[in-house]
Amino acid sequence: MGEFRMPSLGADMETGKLVEWLVKPGDRFKRGDIVATVETQKGLFEVEIFEEGIMGEPLVQAGQRVPVGTVLAVTHPEGAVAVTESTMQAPPGETAGKPSGPLETLSAPAATPPQPSLSAERVPCSPSARRLAAELGVNIEDVRGTGPHGAIQRTDVEMAAHHPAAPAETSVPSPTAPATSGTLQEGMRQAIAAAMSRSNREIPHYYLEMDIDMSRTLKWLEGENLKHPIRERILPAALLLKAVAKALQDVPELNGYWLDDHLQVKPEIHIGFAVALRGGGLITPAIHNVDRLALSELMKAVGDLIERTRAGRLRSSEMSDGTMTVTNLGDLGVRTVFGVIYPPQVALVTFGRIMERPWAEGGMLGVRRCVTATLAADHRATDGHRGSQFLDALDRHMQHPEAL
Amino acid sequence: MSKQSATVETSYREALKEAIREAMTRDERVFLMGEDVGHYGGCYAVSKGLLAEFGPERIRDTPLSESAFVGAGIGAALGGMRPIVEVMTVNFSLLALDQIMNNAATIRHMSGGQFNVPLVIRMATGAGKQLAAQHAHSLEGWYAHIPGIRILAPATLEDARGMLWPALLDPDPVLIFENNTLYNLEGTLPENAVAVDIDKAKVMHTGNDLTIISYSASLFKCLDAAKALSREGVEAEVIDLRTLRPLDDATYLASIAKTHRALIVDEGWRSGGISAEISARIMEQAFYELDIPVERVCSAEVPIPYARHLEEAALPQVDTIIAAAKRMVSHG
Repeated sequence: MGEFRMPSLGADMETGKLVEWLVKPGDRFKRGDIVATVETQKGLFEVEIFEEGIMGEPLVQAGQRVPVGTVLAVTHPEGAVAVTESTMQAPPGETAGKPSGPLETLSAPAATPPQPSLSAERVPCSPSARRLAAELGVNIEDVRGTGPHGAIQRTDVEMAAHHPAAPAETSVPSPTAPATSGTLQEGMRQAIAAAMSRSNREIPHYYLEMDIDMSRTLKWLEGENLKHPIRERILPAALLLKAVAKALQDVPELNGYWLDDHLQVKPEIHIGFAVALRGGGLITPAIHNVDRLALSELMKAVGDLIERTRAGRLRSSEMSDGTMTVTNLGDLGVRTVFGVIYPPQVALVTFGRIMERPWAEGGMLGVRRCVTATLAADHRATDGHRGSQFLDALDRHMQHPEAL
Repeated sequence: MSKQSATVETSYREALKEAIREAMTRDERVFLMGEDVGHYGGCYAVSKGLLAEFGPERIRDTPLSESAFVGAGIGAALGGMRPIVEVMTVNFSLLALDQIMNNAATIRHMSGGQFNVPLVIRMATGAGKQLAAQHAHSLEGWYAHIPGIRILAPATLEDARGMLWPALLDPDPVLIFENNTLYNLEGTLPENAVAVDIDKAKVMHTGNDLTIISYSASLFKCLDAAKALSREGVEAEVIDLRTLRPLDDATYLASIAKTHRALIVDEGWRSGGISAEISARIMEQAFYELDIPVERVCSAEVPIPYARHLEEAALPQVDTIIAAAKRMVSHG
């Protein structure tokens, strides 16, 4: 018998509201299946399970808000197959107040497939039902589809209009539309405030900055992109991410967590990627195993992640297991970004805008396209020397884009 | 009007014959020609007895040359006559396709409106009689592709009786497709049955749960399916298209606005057929009404087989229509 618990979707999460069970008692599930949706201060997330088995009776009903680590349902192994992965959901609940537990215990194994399919994400909804929902003021996200392939049809919308989403009735009297409600915005602000305050309070940051000549890199990229249709073209952001991953291989101490007064270096490189939400706020879902993704795969992953982040369709593992974070504010004209580390991570790499600058080299002055990379690192975990080596490696990898 | 109540027992074949007889009587420019329409009485016996009644000038047997006698019909129409040309089956009409498409359909346009072709061509279509692949196809959807002609598909006795006269009044070519399984269809008609509208589709069975769009012989399979579905609490609305060109979009779109589900049943093939055209029009004009993708029940994409069980399996049948309808209204 196993236990499926309220996951921690970030160091700043203390409780979560179970919005919906996506499996019924008796349903079979396998590793990686999405079994429930959970609402946190940062939005609505799909929660995966990391074992195989059969779902038992739920102990927590849709609509209830419970602390991280609460057992949501018991699970049964299928047949005689022993499931030994219950460590995946080791209870962080008892230490919910303590930031160390959740991220550690929930980090996904390296075997997690890096690219989940997109089609599984979109909830099919008939055009007529969509229009009816708009007319009735029903949020389509709150409607459970009963049509073919779970499609939302008119009757489902009518049902939802007459019986507003169950969560609203059984839990906090919040409005039903989680993705757009003002309380969510406020909640997210609170969550960011808590995490960043903690970071500034606990983490002794040091900052290193380096200008990187991107001329050669961009020239190569432009040449490559000419060979591909527009949709498959690669943006410089993907190169930056990949170069960071490569540099992390050279300086692994920057990739991990500071937990219980110790640095835990992580073997997997899951880079949290800061995505600004249109309505305000910020989420840093992780791209898994960036070091192992080809540039084209990485580009696809970035696009997919941004799209799903803004649509509120992220998965629990993406929220919880970033091993370091990259912030790219290049599109806004900012030259240098001084970031705040997302605890318990120990490093944050930030990029400003790629712009033409005067560049002196070999006694000559020229105009080059440059970017300023800034490393914010936790002085408890590393020193400036290692940090410099990281930036140096980053520069080196950036100069050989064909090897990225 | 009191005569309206008087009815006669008749058949699809008899209704067609009565329509020809009426047209010949009303307008002396009308004449019938085709293979075996005279002495033999027509391969489906539609014109049996008309030779004796109207004489060989107006009931004309032709050589076995579709291109020649359809072309002659076009010439006669251009010359001021109102010919009814019978082609034995739609399969053989392909020999006259050049005349129909390159002459009948185009002359009005190519002459800048100076010459029109008031020609009616009747032909049998469809499978179900074990006549094998060279006599059993439903190609009316192909003809409905051609601008410049009108395509009629009478399914009911009323339409068999009433479509010919307005077709003859149409200044442009009209093709009438008679499904070969319908000739023996029996029923009653008003004694003084009159011409019918040839522009509009018709709701044959009302319901709120889904719209079944069909025509010709498949219509009756749809009506049987609707009755069976009704016993299970599914109310299907069945629409007889009647005219395949120009399609009456308004009637089926109005129904879909009510039911939000559309099933098209067509004895023609699915790929590139009239069912595809209707489906596309629904997407173009009623996308936001749809609660489920449009579905189609069509003939299997094979030359229609000879063996009875294979022929039956190849065609839309009542149970395949019911299965599709149930699938569309089910909730899981």
